[in-house]
Amino acid sequence: MTPRRRRIVLVVGILAGVSLAGALALRAFQDNVMFFFDPSQIAAGEAPRGERFRLGGMVRPGTVDRKSGSLDLAFVVTDFKHDVRVKYTGVVPDLFRENQGVVAHGKLSPDGVFVADEILAKHDENYMPPEVARSLKDKHGGVMPVNPTPASAPLQSPLTTF
Amino acid sequence: MLPEIGHFALILALLLAVAQAFFGIAGPALGRDRWLAAVGPAVTAQFVMLTAAMGTLIASFITNDFSVAYVAQNSNSALPVVYRIAALWGAHEGSLVLWSWILVCWTLAVALLSRQLPARFAARVLGVLGLVSVGFLLFTLATSNPFERLFPAALDGRDLNPLLQDPALAAHPPMLYAGYVGFSVAFAFACAAMLEGKLDQTWARWTRPWTTVAWAFLSVGIALGSWWAYYELGWGGYWFWDPVENASFMPWLLGTALIHSLAVTEKRGLFKSWTLLLAILAFSLSLLGTFLVRSGVLVSVHSFAADPTRGIFILAFLVIMIGGALTLYAWRAPLLKSNAGFEFTSRESFLLFNNILLVVACATVFAGTMAPLISDALGLGTLSVGTQYFNPTFLLPTLPLIALAAVGIHASWKKGRISERRGALLTALGFSVLFAVAVVAGAYEGTKVLTPVGLALGAWLIISALIDPIDRLRRRITITPAIFGMALAHAALGLFVISLTMVESYTAERDVAMAVGDSAKVGAFEYRFLGLQPLEGPNYEGVRGEIAVFQGDRQVGLLHPEKRQYWVQGSVMTEAGIDMKLSRDIFAALGEDLGSGRWSVRAQVRPMINYVWIAAFLMALGGVIAACDRRYRVTAAARETALETGAGLPGRAG
Repeated sequence: MTPRRRRIVLVVGILAGVSLAGALALRAFQDNVMFFFDPSQIAAGEAPRGERFRLGGMVRPGTVDRKSGSLDLAFVVTDFKHDVRVKYTGVVPDLFRENQGVVAHGKLSPDGVFVADEILAKHDENYMPPEVARSLKDKHGGVMPVNPTPASAPLQSPLTTF
Repeated sequence: MLPEIGHFALILALLLAVAQAFFGIAGPALGRDRWLAAVGPAVTAQFVMLTAAMGTLIASFITNDFSVAYVAQNSNSALPVVYRIAALWGAHEGSLVLWSWILVCWTLAVALLSRQLPARFAARVLGVLGLVSVGFLLFTLATSNPFERLFPAALDGRDLNPLLQDPALAAHPPMLYAGYVGFSVAFAFACAAMLEGKLDQTWARWTRPWTTVAWAFLSVGIALGSWWAYYELGWGGYWFWDPVENASFMPWLLGTALIHSLAVTEKRGLFKSWTLLLAILAFSLSLLGTFLVRSGVLVSVHSFAADPTRGIFILAFLVIMIGGALTLYAWRAPLLKSNAGFEFTSRESFLLFNNILLVVACATVFAGTMAPLISDALGLGTLSVGTQYFNPTFLLPTLPLIALAAVGIHASWKKGRISERRGALLTALGFSVLFAVAVVAGAYEGTKVLTPVGLALGAWLIISALIDPIDRLRRRITITPAIFGMALAHAALGLFVISLTMVESYTAERDVAMAVGDSAKVGAFEYRFLGLQPLEGPNYEGVRGEIAVFQGDRQVGLLHPEKRQYWVQGSVMTEAGIDMKLSRDIFAALGEDLGSGRWSVRAQVRPMINYVWIAAFLMALGGVIAACDRRYRVTAAARETALETGAGLPGRAG
C-alpha cells in the first residue's frame, strides 16, 4: 500500500468505527433511558405499560403498609390530584417515610399498581427531588405544600442514598 | 478577629493573582522583560496569603467559632477534631478556598521547578495560572465568602453531614481537587505555547510530568470516592454513574488520552495540535464538572447548594476560559504543523487509536450525563440515564482499548514491527485464555458472556506489561523509572479489569428479613443474625447488630452493621458491617425495623472487590514513578543531546 492509500484506509476505518460506536450508543440510549411521570400523568394514561419508568411524588400519610416482619411494602404516591399505589419488596432508604418526596423505579402492572424495583429518597429533611418539586408546584399553583426550606435556615446538603 | 484577617488575606490573594496574570501575560506580549521578575514573587505572596486564609478558617473550625456562618453550618462542638478540619471542605464555600489553595500550590511548584524554562515561557505559564486563580478567587469573594459572620452567633453548630464524617471522605476532596486543578498546569502550558506560537518536543517533555502527576491525583481521588460510596452509603455499590462521578471521570478519561498523546508529541513531534486540544478540553471538563456540581443543575450526593447566581458566575467563567482558549487554539494551532509520517502498526498508530477510543468513551459518558439536562432545558420531558445505558456504551470502546494496549506497548516508534515480541504476546494470550476458562469452569454460578472476555483481556494486559521489564531484568539492562512506571500502570489496569469482571460476575446479594437467631443463605455463605445492642457514639446513638457469616461449618466473618441517629441533624445513617479480605468482602447493612423483631438486612458477598481500588492506586503510583524519570529533570543542555540519542530508539518508555 502506498502511504496515501494507507492513510485513506486509516481515516475510513476510524470514521466507520466512530459511527458504529455512535449508532450503538444511540440505540442503547433509546432503549435504556427512563422517563419521569407523576400520578396525574399516569391517571391520564400517559405512562407506558410494560416499560420501566420513574414515578415521583409524596408518600401519602397513613398509607405505608408493611406486613409485620416482612420485606413486602405497599404505599401510595400522590401529587395531591391523583394517587398511585406502589408495591415494593426490599430495603428502603433511611429517609423513606410518610409525607416525604420519593422517586421509585419500576413498571406499571395491568391492574394499575406500580411495581417498584428501586426506591430512592433523598438524605435531607427539607429536600425534594427537583422533578417531584416541580410536579407538585404545578398542581398547587406555585405553593409548595410541605417542608419548605425556611429562608433563614443555613443551606443544607441534599444527599442521596442509593 | 481571625476570620476578618482570613477574609483580608483572600482579598490580597486576589490582587496578587491579578498582578501575576497581568505581568505574566502582558510582560512577554509587550516585550517588557523587567515585568517578568514580578511574576514569581506574586506567586509566592499569593501562596502565603491563601495559606493564611486556609489557616484562619481551620482555626475557626478547631476553636468552634460559631460566629462564623460557615463553621456554624458545618461543624459542631461534639464533632471530633479531625472532622472539624475536614469540615472545611465539607460544603461549598470552604471547598472553593481549598480549590484556590491547591491551585496556588501547583502554581508555586511550577514557579520553583521551572527555573530552567525560558523566562518568557515560564512567565506566560504562570500568567495563565494566575488568570484561573483570579476567576476562582473572584467567585469565592463575590458569591461564597466562607468568612461571613453570623449575628448573633450560634450557640452550637449544625454539624457536618454524617455521611461526610469518614476518613476516606476527608481525603477524597483534596485528592480529587489536586487532580482537577493539576490539569490547569497542562492547560497553562498549552496556552503559553499557543501564545508563543511555538511548540516543540521539549515543550511536551516539560508538560508530561505535570500532567501525569495530576492524573495520578485524580485517579486516587476518584478511587477514594468510590471506596467511600461502597462502605459508607450503606448500599454496597461502588460506582453509580452518578452525574458527579461522571464529572470527575470525564477529565480522567481525557487526561489519560492526553498523557498518551503527549508521549507521541515528545518522542516524535507528532499530534501537536491534537495534544493542545486535549489539554484544553481536559481542563475544560474539570471546570464543567465544577459547574455541574456547584450550580445545583445536577442533584446528587455532591451538589451542595442550588444557588443560581453561583451557577451563572461559573458558567460565565467557563465560557470566558474555554472560549478564550479555543479561540486562541483556532488562531494559533494551524501554525503548529507536524511533519513526519508513521507506519500502520507503529506505536504512533496504537496511541492514535488509544486516543480515539478514550475520546469516544468520554463522549458517551458526556452524552449520558448531559442528556437529562438538555432534554429538560428543551422541554422534551424529564428523563434519567442510568447504568443500563452507561455500562454497554462504555464497554464498547474500552474493551478493544485493553486489547490494543496489550499489543501496543510493544510497538516501536515510527516502524511497524512487533514481530520480535509476537511469539511472547501469543503465548501470553494463550495463558490468559486458559486462565479465564479455568476461572469460569470453577465458578459456583453467575458467569456472564463478558466474564471470560474480561478475565482474558485483563490477564493478557498484565502479562504483556511485564514482558519488557522481565526481559530487561534478564538481560541486565537498567529499568528506568519511566519504563517501570509504565509497566506498573498498565499491569494495574489489567488487574483492574480482572477484579471488575470478578465483582460484576460473581457478586452474591440478597435483601432478607431476619430476626435474632435467624439465618439466611447468600451464595455459598450463610448469614446468622446473632444479636442487636443499643449503641452510643460521640455525636450519635443507635443500634448495632452482630452477624456471623459461615462458609460450610467454618465461621469466616463477624459483622457489626450499625444504624445511627445523629443528634444534631436528626439524620439516620446506615453504617455497613464489612469483613474485608483481599480475596473477598462480606457485607451486611441494617435496613429498618420491620416489626415482629425482624430487621431488613442487605447481605452481599463480593469477590476481589478490594483489588478494584488497589489497582487504581497502583495505576496512580505507576504514573508518579514514571513522572520521576531522570530525563524530565536533566538540564537544558543535556536535554538536547538526550533528545538526539533517545528519540529514535524502540522500546523507550512512552
